[in-house]
Amino acid sequence: MALEERTAPIRAGLGWNLMRPAASAARILAGIIGFFLIVEFVTRLEIVPPIYLPRASTVLWRMLQLVQDPKFLWQVAATLYAWSVGLALASVIGIPLGILIGTSNLAYRMVSPLIEFMRPIPSVALIPLGILLWGQGFSMKVILVAYATIWPILFNTVYGVHDVDPIAVQTARCFGLKSGAILRRINLPSAAPFIFTGIRISASIGLIVVVGSELLASAQSGIGSYILFVSSNGGQMDSVLAGAAIAGLVGAIINGVLELLDRRFFAWRYLGSPS
Amino acid sequence: MSAGPSKTGGIAHRMLSALQSALIRYGLGIALILLWQYAATRAGSIFFPPPSEILHRAGELWLSGPPNRLFLGDGVFQDVIPSVIRLLFGWALAVAIGVPLGILIGRSRIASDLANPSLQFLRAIPGPALIPVFIILLGTETTMRVSLIAFGSIWPILLNTIEGTRTVDPVQLDTARAYRLPAHARLWRIVLPAAMPKIFAGVRVSLALAVILMVVSELVASTNGIGYRIQNAQIVFLLTDMWCGIVLLALLGYTLNWIFLKVEDRALGWYRGARGRAAQS
Repeated sequence: MALEERTAPIRAGLGWNLMRPAASAARILAGIIGFFLIVEFVTRLEIVPPIYLPRASTVLWRMLQLVQDPKFLWQVAATLYAWSVGLALASVIGIPLGILIGTSNLAYRMVSPLIEFMRPIPSVALIPLGILLWGQGFSMKVILVAYATIWPILFNTVYGVHDVDPIAVQTARCFGLKSGAILRRINLPSAAPFIFTGIRISASIGLIVVVGSELLASAQSGIGSYILFVSSNGGQMDSVLAGAAIAGLVGAIINGVLELLDRRFFAWRYLGSPS
Repeated sequence: MSAGPSKTGGIAHRMLSALQSALIRYGLGIALILLWQYAATRAGSIFFPPPSEILHRAGELWLSGPPNRLFLGDGVFQDVIPSVIRLLFGWALAVAIGVPLGILIGRSRIASDLANPSLQFLRAIPGPALIPVFIILLGTETTMRVSLIAFGSIWPILLNTIEGTRTVDPVQLDTARAYRLPAHARLWRIVLPAAMPKIFAGVRVSLALAVILMVVSELVASTNGIGYRIQNAQIVFLLTDMWCGIVLLALLGYTLNWIFLKVEDRALGWYRGARGRAAQS
């Protein structure tokens, strides 16, 4: 079915890096320094005036100032708070729903057209509705994040529960395990890495959505509202870029940590895989 | 195979089971819409107009034109078509840059290791956070919006193309080199086909991202587009118009994804077939 067909490539498609052996620390470091030097060189050419596009070193300096500024750190905390609550909400709804859809064929057939229609609605299109219903504060951000992040979690759970080895299920049934026990001891452990991948993908999406909604809805707090504030106050481009870069850095770090956890807890999944 | 009566019985049976499966497939959706209709009419909340009203208003907005324009209303020409064109341009730009660049980086292991941290970082930067930069550098016209869509949707394509190119079977490449296949033939006949499934997966993810960024780009300093209409409707409190825009975006995303899946099925039919055969043997 369409839903199934769609879930597999999502996992494969966003699972970049996972199958790749970790690059050496030297190469990672060289890559980061090289990137910085290239951007610094290009911005030093001053194709556009530095007020509009400041040098990479200026932005880096501003970033270093910002991470020591308690006021800015509060904004980061506000962003991360809304992000984590939204992600938790999406997991609490998405995982049980995914298990239900994945194990019951009837539920799967009933729910999939609805999901296929709701999923393409971009979360940002719901910002105006969110502002009307919940204002510009915390609840609006949380609900938008939950809406945007539920889909990867849901699809990966469905896929993982579906993907279980049928021989394992049949064996368990032969040994007289009840369906609840089969679910708990076979379906869930085999689906766990998929669910975790879903959460990892959602974590990246959620951070983008929370910063975006703060900026577009001119929320009361968060990295996004900081960026909006500095850009509308005399267009301090170094602060705008520093804020955006810190948001990107936070996202990359979260993704990296989750990837490490994935390797640690689900190492067996990569045994025998090529490369 | 057999005589008349059992055949008609078969048809009736088939119709019944078709009806049953249609009921299972659409029953929940229809029930929810009816429930919404009932609840909205009873409660009279201005935030949630009944679906019938949304449908009626959508007809007024987009399907009230003269017959020589296929009945398409002004809204289609002012907002929907410009939005879709910007979306497709930005997305096409992302594909046109992302795939060749990804192959270039992915062909070398060192290059992909060097590029990886920067790409992970750039991918994690929220697109909306760069709107102020894009506006200052590119103005508030179409160029800015198309660039923002391209910038935001390029990363899945780039990362997946690198990944796909990296995982090409080295034996195949060595064989091709041993047979003295020229470089362009190796690219077109071995690297690209092998990377294609991954590339397609990335391009499809980026299509969904492009729809999001299309809306994002229209929420700021805009004068037309679906996103602009939704935001404007919220500001002037035309909530039915706002819902119309949301439903239209769902339809747009669904349709684009559906078209893409059909193209993908065609382009990757050989791959799925080969996989299926390998699994059977």
